[in-house]
Amino acid sequence: MNLSSWFAVRRELSPHKRTMLGVGSFLLPLLVWCIVSYVPVVWHPMVLVSNPGAVDYFQVGMLVDKATYNDELAGMQSLGKAVPQGEPANPIYLPAPHEVARALYTAFTTAPEQRDGQWLHESLWHSIQIIFWGFVLSSLIGVPLGILCGTYSAVSRLNEPFVEFFRYLPAPAFGALAVAILGIYDGPKIAIIVIGTLFQQILIIANTTRKLDYALIEAALTLGTRRLKLLFHVVLPGILPELYRDQRILLGWAWTYLIVAELIGTSSGITWFITQQARYQHFDNVYAAIFIIGLLGLGGDLLLAALGKKLFPWDRPANKE
Amino acid sequence: MNNQISLPSYLEQSAAVRERFDRLKAREVILEVKQLGKVYKSNKGDVTALQDINFKTHRREFVCVIGPSGCGKSTLIRILAGLESHTSGDVLLDGKPVTGPGRDRGMVFQGYTLFPWLSVRKNVMFGLEMNGMSASEAGREAELWLELVGLERFANSYPHELSGGMKQRVAIARALVNQPRILLMDEPFGALDAQSRAKMQAHLLEIWRNIDITILFITHDLDEAIFLADRILVLKAHPGEVQELIEVSVPRPRSAEQFVSPEFLATKARLEALIHPPEAVVETKDDEVKPHMIRFVNVADNVE
Repeated sequence: MNLSSWFAVRRELSPHKRTMLGVGSFLLPLLVWCIVSYVPVVWHPMVLVSNPGAVDYFQVGMLVDKATYNDELAGMQSLGKAVPQGEPANPIYLPAPHEVARALYTAFTTAPEQRDGQWLHESLWHSIQIIFWGFVLSSLIGVPLGILCGTYSAVSRLNEPFVEFFRYLPAPAFGALAVAILGIYDGPKIAIIVIGTLFQQILIIANTTRKLDYALIEAALTLGTRRLKLLFHVVLPGILPELYRDQRILLGWAWTYLIVAELIGTSSGITWFITQQARYQHFDNVYAAIFIIGLLGLGGDLLLAALGKKLFPWDRPANKE
Repeated sequence: MNNQISLPSYLEQSAAVRERFDRLKAREVILEVKQLGKVYKSNKGDVTALQDINFKTHRREFVCVIGPSGCGKSTLIRILAGLESHTSGDVLLDGKPVTGPGRDRGMVFQGYTLFPWLSVRKNVMFGLEMNGMSASEAGREAELWLELVGLERFANSYPHELSGGMKQRVAIARALVNQPRILLMDEPFGALDAQSRAKMQAHLLEIWRNIDITILFITHDLDEAIFLADRILVLKAHPGEVQELIEVSVPRPRSAEQFVSPEFLATKARLEALIHPPEAVVETKDDEVKPHMIRFVNVADNVE
């Protein structure tokens, strides 16, 4: 295949190539993971003991450092005692792909170990609710305020300096405060997501609003449009597709605050599941849970992107002359 | 030009043309501009964009504004539309001063400025709906005007599906549906290719002939100005001032054959002289760039 057709500067590839590369972007990390997991000569810094031999503290199924194992092996050999046996293995925190795949299935089919524990799908549902309410609350304030900032200089000048300052404050820093005010359950978690999203949201949406072609506003003015009608019939519909795109990006932003938020107060949701599983060293479950978060995020975004195409049929590259 | 001697004076009018101008000037004044001035405040001091502009347009008159770049013709039309403020003088529409943008002055911009989220029909309905007309009534009106510009088949299309010329037809319909007193057009066909441009010019004249509308049209194309206008307002730059208000002696109805008629050529020669005065050519910045031509091809390899 012609190499230069793959590397034409700023030229789009054929749909076939795009799909191939898209699939490849997932297969490539998976391939690296497989090599590290299944090829014994790659990494594998531990040894899984299958026969302790004469080493008194070795047990079957024990993971030991390769150096320790080699020491003991040499020691036993020089003493002429029974040598231990084992095979190269990866640390407990790096399960192989098939183990994680199995965990993905069993995580949903296995009852929680504690009586008051939650099933995985219950944890996930709780997390999704936290994200949802955090994002909705943030949007209820951020979207109107952002549009007003982008439309009226006075609102912008009054708000944006403070918002610029506030957005540098890390949201988790307000964790203790949020617990003191809102209790230990879902309140402070939602608050953290709001704090993490809102201030970026105001600035991003204000900027999007300012990017609306001023000529459209002038055209509306010469057609006799006044004040609030200008806002609701020109500015708002004019920025809607861009606003929607911004909201998709910001929703991703909200997801990144999820884990921190759920650690505040009583640990809950998917974070509780992950910390629990990590405590019992079920790292296959941990990876499965992290994988599910990614899947939910990406899946949700793809869904919203498809919905956007339906909602805004006029939004075509041809409009960006 | 050898035929220059044979051209009549651009001021010479046939009896029919003179009579037409007399009738035109007898009609009521729609727009009156009195001692209009515009001064920009900048860091380098005040810049005078427009100075002492005076003219009147009568009902159903077609006026073109022409001038070199930087003469402030866009500033002038934007002041008339109410999109910019002036610093001195008055703009009177039907005798009343203009204070801001309003639906009594329709505007067509060079960049089409159609609302991309609205269908063609909704774009045309926009002005009516903003001024309180019901959707069904506005829809009927829009239908009528879309028919006038020949786009009734595209009523449900979005602007991005239309060609440049079609977009500008929608923009004209959108402005006219409000039934403004005057239609302001800021180089509306400047972005079109030569062919659609000629078509749109003929179409605009057709519209103008059939409805009660006064048009003020900005262009930098001399042929376009002569072809369309009753009178041409010629501006000069630095500062923007009226140089001459020319009555176009080319008789109506206008057609493409008139581009080579003596009246047309005489008017064009006059405009050329006003806008590109021979002595001014030396002063322009472009002429300070003097290319030094070097021959890169074989002496025997000639293209001419």
